Amino acid sequence: MSSTATISPSDLGVIPSKAEENYLKHDKGILSWIFTLDHKRIGLMYLVSVLASFALGGFFALAIRAELFFPGPTLITHDQYNQAMTLHGAVMVFLVIIPGIPAALGNIILPLQLGAKDVAFPRLNLMSYHLWVLGALFFIASLVISAADTGWTFYVPYSTTTPTAVIPAAFGAFILGFSSIFTGLNFITTVHKLRPPGMTWFRLPLFVWALYSTAVIQVLATPVIGITLLMLIVERIVGLGIFDPALGGDPVLFQHFFWFYSHPAVYIMIVPAFGVVSEIIAVFSRKEIFGYKFIALSSVAIALLGFLVWGHHMFTSGQSVLAGTIFSAITFLIAIPTAIKIFNWVSTMYRGRIHLDTPMLYAIAFLWVFTIGGLTGIFLSTMSVDVHLHDTYFVVAHFHYVMMGGAITSFMGGLHYWWPKFIGRMYNEKLARIGAILVFIGLNVTFFPQFLLGTRGMPRRYYNYLPEFQELHQLSTIGAFTLGIGFVLTAIYLIQSVRKGPKAAANPWGGTTLEWQCESPPPYYNFHDTPEVNRGPYDGYQHLKFDKEIQGYVPAE
Amino acid sequence: MISNLLASTATDASLPKSPPSNDTWMPIDASTFASHVDGLYDFLFWLSVVAALSIYGVMFYFIVKYRAKSREASEVGDDVSHHNTALEITWSVIPLLFCVGIFVSGFKGYVDLRTAPREALEIHAQGQKWKWLFTYPNGHVDSELHVPVDQDVRIIIQSVDVLHSLFIPAFRTKMDAVPGRYTDLWFRATKSGEFPVFCAEYCGTSHSDMIAKAVVHEPGGYDAWMEEIVARLDNMPPVELGKLMYDQQGCKTCHSVDGSTLVGPSWQGLWGKTRTFADGSSAVVDENYIRNSINDPMSQVVQGFAPSMPTYQGKLSDKQINGIIEYIKSLK
Ligand code: HEC
Ligand SMILES: [Cu+2]
Ligand SMILES: [Cu+2]
Repeated sequence: MSSTATISPSDLGVIPSKAEENYLKHDKGILSWIFTLDHKRIGLMYLVSVLASFALGGFFALAIRAELFFPGPTLITHDQYNQAMTLHGAVMVFLVIIPGIPAALGNIILPLQLGAKDVAFPRLNLMSYHLWVLGALFFIASLVISAADTGWTFYVPYSTTTPTAVIPAAFGAFILGFSSIFTGLNFITTVHKLRPPGMTWFRLPLFVWALYSTAVIQVLATPVIGITLLMLIVERIVGLGIFDPALGGDPVLFQHFFWFYSHPAVYIMIVPAFGVVSEIIAVFSRKEIFGYKFIALSSVAIALLGFLVWGHHMFTSGQSVLAGTIFSAITFLIAIPTAIKIFNWVSTMYRGRIHLDTPMLYAIAFLWVFTIGGLTGIFLSTMSVDVHLHDTYFVVAHFHYVMMGGAITSFMGGLHYWWPKFIGRMYNEKLARIGAILVFIGLNVTFFPQFLLGTRGMPRRYYNYLPEFQELHQLSTIGAFTLGIGFVLTAIYLIQSVRKGPKAAANPWGGTTLEWQCESPPPYYNFHDTPEVNRGPYDGYQHLKFDKEIQGYVPAE
Repeated sequence: MISNLLASTATDASLPKSPPSNDTWMPIDASTFASHVDGLYDFLFWLSVVAALSIYGVMFYFIVKYRAKSREASEVGDDVSHHNTALEITWSVIPLLFCVGIFVSGFKGYVDLRTAPREALEIHAQGQKWKWLFTYPNGHVDSELHVPVDQDVRIIIQSVDVLHSLFIPAFRTKMDAVPGRYTDLWFRATKSGEFPVFCAEYCGTSHSDMIAKAVVHEPGGYDAWMEEIVARLDNMPPVELGKLMYDQQGCKTCHSVDGSTLVGPSWQGLWGKTRTFADGSSAVVDENYIRNSINDPMSQVVQGFAPSMPTYQGKLSDKQINGIIEYIKSLK
């Protein structure tokens, strides 16, 4: 990578603004937010909306876990349980994890890391957000009318025959798809067109690489789910007969369509997480990332290979043995670059100088849970073992280790890492560390017992269960409430920091990517002068010095 | 609420219970697949333990060893190479070799699981909301899966409504029931006993109650059971036959006999009532009405209920329908 000898400390300092107001104060009034074209404000609105959705999805999760504390009916009915299970999944996938890192964190950080004034298409960006809100309203409409009870997978023919409000939910997901596609288009164009002079592809921060790979999947895969959901809606209304066996259709076809999107969607959810973790581990180890090119390009490779494995969700669907075999083989191929990424992150810590602030705690938690999530994925890609484990709690545990453990942990890490940049204030570090530890413990206590449940044959999406499974279910419920407490604590100190937190420095962690050369919070136009880049994204930690006065790093002149 | 809690912890005697397992993680093994699946699972398990502990070990060693003293010191990491070809090739090739081996082993096991032997006892399984029905070669229909030990059994699976999935943990196998096509699975039981059978694919309200029992008979026991059950059905008084149909044919999941309303109306005190239908017309509950409700439920949908009852046209014999009528009569 570029030699550090050419860097002068002043290249790492704050780029002065024209003393304009920061983006939070630049305009006033609610309309100046709703119709803003500023990527930071849009990102912040996304962030608030995503966090509110997370609270809603979390509420459903706790309802589910509370009900499962005892077998048989206790708090809610069969049907309410099935609705809670459906909405928990749909809200968490479509409203929280998919937009979480790209649209909320990425919207603010991507242009800053590129030294740009905004994304390529600010109006399209605003429209993405408005569509997100519209999609979310459809979800809420379904909830209010008679919440869908199909599971987030909308499998036919159940979804075409149940009397619940499937159409609003499916239409909501359809609209959210457009929101996601627009964000993807915007990010791809931004990365191609708005890089500052000197920032070659291999000088892009890894977070940018991750967002770029994600955007490619969003643009290519999301139209498929859009069409599928539209077909589902038409099938429900006029009985088209694409999926309905009574009319000569094929229900398994729906599963193919669905997973053709939803497997890549797994990477829409996890690849941005890789980006966040790469940033955090480098900065908090005070050392350049190990294997930069591999991490960058493997995200692209994973994104593309991810299109060829959807059938691994269907080993017991009646799909042919040959098809299953091919899907299994390609799935194993993806496992390898994923494993290597973990090795790279751990190697980055070697002979670093590691700071254990909250973002790093979340990054370490990520490595812990993602390792388990990844390894248990091997069980499921092994066809004969999957036949036993498929549709059991083992799968539930696996994907929660990846989605909740991987994507949400990393989102939390990113949130804490960039919070001072977003808001211009610091949160209470002590409470934040306690929160991170609670979340970590809660996560493992909730989901680890589920691996054992699944192995023993406990099927998923069960309202009731045989008494022999009770103890493990109770442990899992206790874990879920620990998680709940961790998140409530997080909400409290973050909200408190907005008003009462001490002012944050421009560069509190000593990062060398461009967002740290911008004031906290950034001025309206981010950078008055477009920065020139003559170094790699993680070059130059030795030229930064911690200034106790401002609690942040400044160039070591 | 409290009574609910108490009721829910009481164990229902009719529910199957897995016999205790001799394996730490897996349930009891009762088919020839178990040795392969459990062996591979154990291998993966220990491989994962070793891999995870090595990663965690190295990571925590680094965290402790290279922990920065304080922010003020502004320390930076040592200037070591961030690239090492030999190391990177090693840690790519080793997982690749493991993956190839695991894939091949999983593939072999899967081909075995999916390829039923030609000579096998064939039993039809039908999934419906929320009940499994097994049809034996002699035409006997039962809600329990009875099979002989040490004999190949092939189950041909169908669904009459939505997706279901026939899952027998003790046999380590499952297969989806897809409306409009046949799927199948096979196994060879190795232990006699009773084992739970689940529905593993979400199918709505009572998905989690769609539990059946697999009974593996000692040599000779299967034929003896079959003779006995056929004789019993032949000589059964109509009311008892009706009750059996009620338990077996899935009526139970939607109709109570104690006055409580489930998906459909209760049968208690139904006989002789005057019924009003969704279209405003009405009728008295007699033999013809019940017969019609079973064969063509959509023609008379009771007011206040969704038209969700499936038709049983052709699935119940006259004798069985008469039994149900007698049974309903008996529920005063
Ligand atoms: C999926 C749920 C479901 C199952 C299974 C089911 N029913 Fe029904 N049944 C209903 C519903 C709902 C109604 C009321 C609406 C209607 O009349 O169609 C009903 C109505 C009836 C009625 C008329 C009752 C009245 O109060 O007037 C009879 C008789 C009946 N069912 C018999 C049966 C029998 C016999 C079986 C089993 C062989 C059975 N049902 C299985 C849902 C079900
Ligand atoms: Cu997948
Ligand atoms: Cu089911």
